[in-house]
Amino acid sequence: MARRVSTSTKVGFTVLAWAVALLIFSPILWTVLTAFKTEAEAIAAQPTFFPQNFTLENFGAVQDRSDYFKHAINSIIVSFGSTILGLIIAIPAAWSMAFAPSKRTKDILMWMLSTKMMPAVGVLIPIYLIFRDLRLLDTVHGLTLIMTLINLPIIVWMLYTYFKEIPVDILEAARMDGAELWNEIVHVLVPMAVPGIASTLLLNVILAWNEAFWTITLTSGRAGTLTAFISSFSSPQGLFLAKLSAASLLAIAPILLLGWFSQKQLVRGLTFGAVK
Amino acid sequence: MGSITLEHVNKSFGEVEIIPDISLDIRDGEFVVFVGPSGCGKSTLLRLIAGLEDTTSGTILLDGQDVTDAPPARRGLAMVFQSYALYPHMSVRDNIAFPLKMAKLPQDVIDQKVDYAARTLNLASYLDRRPRALSGGQRQRVAIGRAIVREPKAFLFDEPLSNLDAALRVNMRLEITELHQQLKTTMIYVTHDQVEAMTMADRIVVLNAGNVEQFGSPLDLYKKPANRFVAGFIGSPKMNFVDGPEAAKHNAHSIGVRPEHFKLSTTEGAWKGTVGVAEQLGSDTFLHVQTDGLGLMTIRTDGDQTFRHGDVVWLTPDPTRIYKFDAAGKAI
Repeated sequence: MARRVSTSTKVGFTVLAWAVALLIFSPILWTVLTAFKTEAEAIAAQPTFFPQNFTLENFGAVQDRSDYFKHAINSIIVSFGSTILGLIIAIPAAWSMAFAPSKRTKDILMWMLSTKMMPAVGVLIPIYLIFRDLRLLDTVHGLTLIMTLINLPIIVWMLYTYFKEIPVDILEAARMDGAELWNEIVHVLVPMAVPGIASTLLLNVILAWNEAFWTITLTSGRAGTLTAFISSFSSPQGLFLAKLSAASLLAIAPILLLGWFSQKQLVRGLTFGAVK
Repeated sequence: MGSITLEHVNKSFGEVEIIPDISLDIRDGEFVVFVGPSGCGKSTLLRLIAGLEDTTSGTILLDGQDVTDAPPARRGLAMVFQSYALYPHMSVRDNIAFPLKMAKLPQDVIDQKVDYAARTLNLASYLDRRPRALSGGQRQRVAIGRAIVREPKAFLFDEPLSNLDAALRVNMRLEITELHQQLKTTMIYVTHDQVEAMTMADRIVVLNAGNVEQFGSPLDLYKKPANRFVAGFIGSPKMNFVDGPEAAKHNAHSIGVRPEHFKLSTTEGAWKGTVGVAEQLGSDTFLHVQTDGLGLMTIRTDGDQTFRHGDVVWLTPDPTRIYKFDAAGKAI
């Protein structure tokens, strides 16, 4: 039986929802607005909501000081590189867990997930020493590698969940049709799992893009990504609010746009199989 | 060529033994049906032949060659699944062409074969559709098309008709039988429906708890069932069984009489009973008769007989058609 909801209740909930959404969004909105203000206006004792003297000079200053574009390119390489590398490793792994499970498959999945429960700082010293000895410190490929490894459990888990939804009959039909393992994965499994793979890719690009701990610890000038870029801004120029805002805006804009345009895909992928 | 031989095949999943020990010899070009109740191991046996499951022990020979350890892709068999198992992201054309692409045939040969299969199966106008835009019967035809294009040594059917409605099932049954007569390729067909088994098979394998109860032609199984299980499983409605003193009169532990082998009278006969339910099908009438002391029996009579609930009837089994079984259930 459908519940009857009065108009006033609906209005009330709508207003409440908008209020909560605005509350959550307000710091980001404030950052955006501040980025276009002058420094004097940004720290004024009587803050204005909209910039009174609209200016783009903060962005120029940020680029001049610490080369935004170099960091942005590093971010792109590390986030996409680590995700694609992760998918290449995780697709066969998830295939075997979903379609040829052994007695220990569940345990392995749990063990993989458990590595995400440990605070990253717990393995900081060994990883730092390994990176130092292998000369991977402050290199883009070293950072890509560590990002692949820390996100691999999530990639495997997500793909495993999606693959479980694919009827095994279809893969068996491919085997009967003469497909060897490689063809079965490339021609049958992957095309059928495209929605799942796409949302795994998106989520992991976002996770890698926003990752700060390892990026800040393992890189300095050369291989730093946008998270390193932003942190380099916060301490020495903490008082220059407008420039810090401009840097923040530049750092989050690309991933925000990516998320915005792919939100349908993300939601579909994340709720895939939840309702049949 | 497509002869299939199983030698002492055993399959266990961990501690559970699904197929204790089966040896079978399926001749080239034969239509063999595996039939049995749910969980009797018939699908597992088919999957062992397909290579989708590994045998625990024993040997599988295809045309005399040992394929026990060969992967399914290397066995040259085609399989039609109960769920159709079509590739949802491919058009009908690509579905049928898939095995040929895997065999790396040149594109013009592929096109030719796909067109031929599509014409044979009345699929020509659907070639560019996706499977989800097809009805159940059409999907099943695509699955069959995908199987026939590669000219396999044998076809394996795993309950292919159980997802179809009754009318379509009868049609597809005929089509598959016709296909077999045309291609003369070995076919193994798994079903739990004994009518499908009787109507389609050259020979039937009756399976029960992973064991072969009997392997023979449909009429052999009907006329000379090897044991009580086969007698009860083959034939519809089921055979009536009687134990105790009535069976002892025939020097047997139990006797069986098929519903069609009774003489029915309202005045005299061997066993007296009362009609419970009369199922009138038009051509036949099935009477469910509660007999005095011998339990419920099913009787087949012609469709013109009109009996009603509560009528008293006398049943006389045809003495030449009483099946006798010993204490172990074996036919005497």
